[in-house]
Amino acid sequence: MGSHDDDRSERPEVITTTAEIVPFRLPPVADEPEPEEADDARTGDVDEWGRSENVRRLVRSAFDPVYRHWFRAEWDGLEKIPREGAALLVANHAGAVPSDAPTIMHGVETELGRPLYGLADHFFKNTPVVGTLWARAGGVVAHPDNAYRLLREQQQLVLVFPEGSKGPGKTYNERYRLRRFGRGGFVEIAMRAGVPIIPIAVVGSEETMPILFKVPSLARAIGAPYFPITPNMALGPLAAMPFPAKFKLRVLDPITFDDVEPDQPRYSRSRIMDESEAIRQQIQEALFDMLRKRRSVWSG
Amino acid sequence: MGRRVLITGLATYWGGRLAQALEADPDVEVIIGLDTRQPTVRLERTEYVRSDENYSILSRIVRATGIDTIAHTFLVVDSTQMSSRTMHEINVIGTMNLFAAASASGSTVRTVAVKSSAHVYGSSPEDPYWFDETDKRLHSPRTKVERSILEVEGFVRDFARDNPHVSLSLLRFSNVIGPDLATPITKALRLPLVPKVAGFDPRLQLVHEDDVVSAILFALEHRLAGVFNVAGDGQIPWSEVCAIAGKHGLPLPTFGTSIGTEVLRRLGLVDLPPELIQVLRFGRGVDNRRFKEAGFEYRYTTAGAVEAFMEALRLRRTTGSKDPSYRYEEDIEQFFRHSPAVRRNNPQT
Repeated sequence: MGSHDDDRSERPEVITTTAEIVPFRLPPVADEPEPEEADDARTGDVDEWGRSENVRRLVRSAFDPVYRHWFRAEWDGLEKIPREGAALLVANHAGAVPSDAPTIMHGVETELGRPLYGLADHFFKNTPVVGTLWARAGGVVAHPDNAYRLLREQQQLVLVFPEGSKGPGKTYNERYRLRRFGRGGFVEIAMRAGVPIIPIAVVGSEETMPILFKVPSLARAIGAPYFPITPNMALGPLAAMPFPAKFKLRVLDPITFDDVEPDQPRYSRSRIMDESEAIRQQIQEALFDMLRKRRSVWSG
Repeated sequence: MGRRVLITGLATYWGGRLAQALEADPDVEVIIGLDTRQPTVRLERTEYVRSDENYSILSRIVRATGIDTIAHTFLVVDSTQMSSRTMHEINVIGTMNLFAAASASGSTVRTVAVKSSAHVYGSSPEDPYWFDETDKRLHSPRTKVERSILEVEGFVRDFARDNPHVSLSLLRFSNVIGPDLATPITKALRLPLVPKVAGFDPRLQLVHEDDVVSAILFALEHRLAGVFNVAGDGQIPWSEVCAIAGKHGLPLPTFGTSIGTEVLRRLGLVDLPPELIQVLRFGRGVDNRRFKEAGFEYRYTTAGAVEAFMEALRLRRTTGSKDPSYRYEEDIEQFFRHSPAVRRNNPQT
């Protein structure tokens, strides 16, 4: 991770994570890089990405019981995610309303005590109320410029689901079979930003809200990527409640691109596609391995 | 020899401010201001020339006066001020004629600054959070003012390509705020309840009116060539803009927002044009680093601009308007500029 160390030295100051001082407890203080000079006129805490640490704190305390007692999330290899410096986390994505995103964000933020920005489809930003809450809770529109700025210039942790909406939008009979990883844009961004990619395999999300079938006409009508029919809908008003599947998350070894220079205008397309496919394979194999060892959907 | 500057839109707020600032600069020998209307601020030595809105007399002026610098501030970016037809005449036809005159053979023009707007980037949910100067907008423009500014920028690019000896700076300003300025945003912030689109709380980036004037002066003085975004540091949610202003929001309907804006317009409160409603949904940020790297220093951040705006309003509420209204009297102005009886301080000495 040679190039990576160089980036770190560019950071204006080294910030001690709370998790190092205080044994992990809610809510941790995020180690946002301080703005160059304090802006006295500010009255709120919404950062330039639309993220609010106060909202994050609320979301964390609300989601913590779900994380602990409903999903009983269990991490393997969390130490592979750096406490300092940038990294691009990529994971598989599943469930009609995917619970893997908040679970990964909650896990990383509480255990590492540093913010994680989740990239997602602009569909959220287009949706009233939801879009605002999503942004305050740390969601950022998945645009290469946004990812580059977060990773390269601000040395943050960024989470992306390369399957996009094709992951959560697959039906239950295709569970744990990874979709195409887009056009490999996430690899290109990591190369350009000179940061490692850290793959994460998530087991459990598929069963929280399985899709029995989809209604394309309704999806078109509301402009959503898909419109799912889930067994959760049998719960009536609690249709948005996920089933309590056991979550297991395995962090795989970081992948670095030390042989390519960051900040190039473009990178070899074949190299990008090869790396993207290799990462997809790794996550797929890790998933199969975890599923082989899983005795029960509900108790793990 | 000092600089010989031509300002378009002398009667507009920007033209007037710029002329006042240039008058204070001893290196500026001649200031000529074009407009269809008479100047609205007191000016000492600026020569006002009445023209039609598409500057048909411009090539004659350039030839006769040997202008070397043009500050093109007469671009309408607030579509609520006039009909779209007048706006088209001013923006597109005016700019076309201006650059035709400036690139005529024997033209002495060497420096041009154009005051454009971040409206060229549009505002949509797919946008990057910071547009840089090379970014293209993602959707074709839907409003007349956006189309108009894009056409203007086309002329600007052509002119820059055809006249490599001219250093041309195209400044794209984000939404401007300031106590002396009447834009939909400043009008909205003066209301007891500030309109917003229900369900949306976008991040906005604003620039203070003083920074706009200094930016144009800076670009002219340093003869910057290229495209530059101009916007205060930081992006803050619209709700926080209202909070700094000490106001509560007035939610407009999420769907059918135009019905809400139509009501506000009919009541004579504020006219929020569609391109601004789009910004109040999805926000817009621009990367202001290129202009900063060129050496420009902002006086105000986005939040600081809002605060300064409110402070000025509070002061004015107590002490009244700072300027008595000014009326241009042709004979008097001519007398002061051209009568042999008037003792003039030669700016060269």
